[in-house]
This record gives sequence, structure tokens and C-alpha cells, in this order.
Amino acid sequence: MITAGIDMGAKFIKVLLLKDGEIMAKAQEMAGFEPVEAAEKAFSKALSESRLSKEDVNAIFATGAGRKAAPFAQDSITEVGAAARGVTHSHPSVRTIIEVGAEEGRAVKCNEQGKVEDFAINEKCAAGAGSFTEAMSRALEVPLDEFGRISLTSSKSIPMNAQCAVFAESEVVSLVHAKTPKADIARAVHDAIASRIVSMVRRVGINNDVALIGGVSYNPGFVDSLNRGLETTVIIPENAEYTGALGAAIVAAERNKND
Amino acid sequence: MKANYGYLDGSGEFFITIDTDLCIECSHHGCVDACPVGMFEIIVDDYDDKVAAIKEEHRKKVKYDCSACKPVSDRPPLPCVEACTPGAITHSW
Amino acid sequence: MSRLKGIKMTEEKKEFWRWKEYNWHDEAKDWKGVETITAGVDVGSVSSQVVIMLDGELYAYSNMRTGSDSPDSARKAMSWALEDTGMTLDDIHYIVGTGYGRVNVPFSNRAITEIACHARGGNMMYGSTVRTILDMGGQDCKAIRCDERGKVSNFLMNDKCAAGTGRGMEVFADLLAVSIEDVGEQSLDVEEEPPPVSSTCVVFAKSEATSLLREGWSKKKVLAAYCSAMAHRVVTLLERVGVEKDFAITGGIAKNIGVIKRLEKELNLTSLKSNYDTQIAGALGAALFGKTLIEKQRMKAK
Repeated sequence: MITAGIDMGAKFIKVLLLKDGEIMAKAQEMAGFEPVEAAEKAFSKALSESRLSKEDVNAIFATGAGRKAAPFAQDSITEVGAAARGVTHSHPSVRTIIEVGAEEGRAVKCNEQGKVEDFAINEKCAAGAGSFTEAMSRALEVPLDEFGRISLTSSKSIPMNAQCAVFAESEVVSLVHAKTPKADIARAVHDAIASRIVSMVRRVGINNDVALIGGVSYNPGFVDSLNRGLETTVIIPENAEYTGALGAAIVAAERNKND
Repeated sequence: MKANYGYLDGSGEFFITIDTDLCIECSHHGCVDACPVGMFEIIVDDYDDKVAAIKEEHRKKVKYDCSACKPVSDRPPLPCVEACTPGAITHSW
Repeated sequence: MSRLKGIKMTEEKKEFWRWKEYNWHDEAKDWKGVETITAGVDVGSVSSQVVIMLDGELYAYSNMRTGSDSPDSARKAMSWALEDTGMTLDDIHYIVGTGYGRVNVPFSNRAITEIACHARGGNMMYGSTVRTILDMGGQDCKAIRCDERGKVSNFLMNDKCAAGTGRGMEVFADLLAVSIEDVGEQSLDVEEEPPPVSSTCVVFAKSEATSLLREGWSKKKVLAAYCSAMAHRVVTLLERVGVEKDFAITGGIAKNIGVIKRLEKELNLTSLKSNYDTQIAGALGAALFGKTLIEKQRMKAK
């Protein structure tokens, strides 16, 4: 049984090919202004990488923000459902999944079969997602990848007063004027966003093992702050960006087994 | 007087409302100890009345700070609301 | 009578968010021998005002950008209000501090919240019929219900989120390179009212605006969409305290007709107008509280 999962993300389209539970190939394309075209391109890439043709694929399921527009897909599943199946496939001990992207933060509680039991979302507010760290790194005039690393060098905890990305920017500027070391400011920023994510996770319950996926998982400063806030060590799956596509492919295989 | 502590942001409206006219009647102020996060305090307001209020450090984070008492499923009655005998406290979410 | 202090614009980059700072005093009045001289000092996170009153009548005031140090801003605003009056701090019988930095006014006799002060100030500025006051400040938005004496019966203050505050508007003024003073008028200069920007969040609204500009929207159209979104958001806040006429708007954004007109339309209410500068409502209320307090004190002493 060969299935495909297409994750129609807002920024990137990810495609993954699954054969009997094993990942055969994966590819991604920037969504840009033509996400359907990008999806078709990514799909072709994945097919050629695994030397398959479209007819070899038994079922295709989609997920992601733009899943309703996915080409070729027979059906779609929610991002939350896809994340749960995708993560537990490679890490069956996971019961809580945290996904933090640029615009949204999500917390999912799942069971050992990877079925979603509860979920919470932080959306439409930049302070609750990756946009916050991006904006602060700009305010501090430090490149984003460095921003995470320097926060690890700080041992000082400064609470941030502002709970809004716009106000926090002014606060960062004031801290700089007060000669606060950049590393301490960076840590304050990461602690602040991590604390908001932790509060969200509390609403579904912090049950080990906890996994972290999404763009912000690549930020070591955030991961460190998150671990301290959760009082646990989060698992960051490899190729985390393909979690959604993997989950969709798994569900496609399951649903088609019954046919 | 109705004092609304909290905010409206992109993700929704989050307000804890304290009806100070009802609050004045209370002498034991159970809300202060009932809240597991310690969000309440007793203040003397601008009109010289002794009433409950949400602490400054929690005002802008009520959605986050209240999350332990507001799980997604099987939400129990809120401890602060239960402890308030005059019924002065309401949550908008 | 009024003097405007211009701000020096740097050659390289015009700062679009800057509004004019100024001070004023009534040259026709003589403060010497007046029974009650009180002052209100409103130190906000963005702007600071000082109002000086003689027996409850406006005598002098100043309005300037708050600096990085609150006590320093309070001092500067005070000396600026006193400028050329011949009055010194010692001549003032009672000083009330208010606003975000109210606990940091070293020379104040008492601190009172900006909620109570805005209600009191609004009551004087707009008359005793005012029942609902909306204050849109630099970094906050307040909705206040009051009675005929200016006593608060219901309020909320939103200072967590930049949307619906002066700061949120400044971000857009900067993005579109339009002076903050021109934003309102320009937003009304559109043939057809565009749909409001869908994001409440200023950060996401900014990305949305950038896309709209790329799609060919004019600056004015984008401003209209943003003012419309801001007005709608404010109405949501007002509905929580309930809107009862008469309705008045104080604070910096009261000067933005783009937001005000849209707000009035959605509420189906006209806001009262005042001859006073809308930004001094807090300091005015504080000075009035000062008068009540010193009178009470003197009564007790007798």
C-alpha cells in the first residue's frame, strides 16, 4: 500500500510518500501565490525521488491550512489530527504535542493510537506565536538564528511587562537603553513566549512524553525556555516539518485498508 | 461599580468582572486564597472603598494565568467564583 | 494666547508618529491670592499632561511626550505648565498624580487612577449629561460609564493589546509614511468604504496592509480599512460596559476623525464636542479631585 500526504501549509507545501509504514520520499515547495501549482510540483518531485508514478499511489490525503484546495487528494484531515498521527508514528510514547508556527500555537493531547483527545489554540495574536520572537530579534538587531543561541548564554531571568509584540518592542528598546546585556534580553523574550505556550498546554494537560514541532522548534533559546516552563524535556522529531504530511499519509493508508 | 479587568486581543475577549457594590458587603474575601495563582488582592479604591481587584502583574495575562482553572474539557467550577459569597465575580470566557 | 513648540525634524528621516507638544496659560487670570490652586499630573506611557486650576477653573496646562524616566517627565511637564506664570510648585495647594506613572510623581500629595480622573475630567469637559466616556490613549483604551457627578459606575481598561491604541495607529502611520495628524482626514478621502482589515492584531494587520498595497490599494484606502477595523474593535469594548448617551471621546485618538466618524456611525451616536484639548481629560480630573481633597482637608482642620 502506497499512500501520499500533502500538507498545504501557508508558507510551504510538503509532500510525503509512505509505503507500508515506511517513508519512501519527501519534498517541499514554497507555496507562494500559486499553492496548487506548488503542490503539484512537490508531488512530482517526491514521485521521481522514489521512482514511482502517480498510478502507483493508492490514496492521497491532504492536511494544512489550505487542504481544501489540495490537488489529487481524495480527502483531508485536520492539522491537529495529522500532527498527532505523524508524531506518534515515529515517537509512540508521545501524549502531548506542541506546535508553534509563525502565526499560531497549538497544543494537542493524544492517546497511544495517536488519536486527538483535546486541543487548544493560540491564534490571531502575534504574542502567542513565532511572530513574537521574530519581531523581538528585529528590535534587538540580532539575526533570528543567533537570537536563540545568545539567550542560552544568559543566566538572568527578567520578566517582561508587555504581553503584546508591539509594546514588547518598545520594552526591548528601553532595556537596551538601560544597558541590559543582549543575552539577558533575548532570554527574557524567549521565557515570555514560552510561558504563554506553557499556559496554553496546561489547558490540555502536560502529559509525558511531550513533543515539539513547527518552525519555532528550530530555536534553541525557545526550546530551553519551554523545557524550563514545562519542567520536562521536549522531544523534537527529525524532519518535524513533514509531520503533517506523514500523518495524512498514515490516515490515507488506514482508511484504504478497510476498502 | 463594575470593574472589568482583562483585555480584548486578536485571540478573543478575556475579562474578569468584579462588582464592587456587592464586594463591599464581603468581609472574608475568600477569593484571595481560593485562587491557586494568587491573582486577587484587596485594595482601597478611588472612592475609598475596600474591594477586591486583580493584581497589576496579572491584569494583562488573565487568559494565560487562568488557564490552569480552565482546561479544554471537563471544566470544574472556578474556585474564585465559588469562594465569592456575594457573587461579585464573573468571567467572560 | 497659545504657543506652539515645534519639533525639529531630522534631515534624514521624518518621524511620522510625532504630534505637536505644547503649553498654554491664561494670561488674563491672576493666580495670586486665589483660595485654591490645584494641579493634576497625568503621566501616561506615551504622553504626559499637567493641568493647573484656580478654584476649579482651568489656568494652565502642558502636553508632551513622556520620556524614559517617569519622575523626570512629571517634573518637565510641570515646569513647562508653570512657564512664564510666575507660579512655583510651592504655590500649589494640592497635587494629584494619575496615569500609568502616577506612583512616580514625587511632588504629588495623592495618586488616583486614570479611570476616576477621566470620568471626573470628562464630566467637566462635556457637561453633567455625559454618561459614557471612551478614552483612547497612547498605549491603552478605556471605556467608562459614569453618573452626573462624574463618578464611575462601570469601566474597563485595555492596555494589553496595541490594537485600538495610539501606538497601533502610529505603526500604520509609519508604515504608510503619513503624518499621524493627517491619518484621519486621509482615511475619509475614499470613494467607497473598503472592508475593514480582517486582523485585529497590529502585527498581522501590518502584513495584511502590505499585501493590500501590493495588490494596488491606495494608501488612503488602506488607512480607511484600518480605521474601520479600529472603530469596530472599540465598539466591541464599549459594548462590554454598555453605551448610554451622552457619549464623549477623550485622549489623543479623539483627534483622528477617521476613527471617530466610523465609530459614531457604528454606534449611531454623535460624540459630544468640547473646547478643551481632549488629551488633558485625565490631568483635569486629577486637578478637580485635588480641589475636593484640599477643601475636605481644610474643613477637617477647622
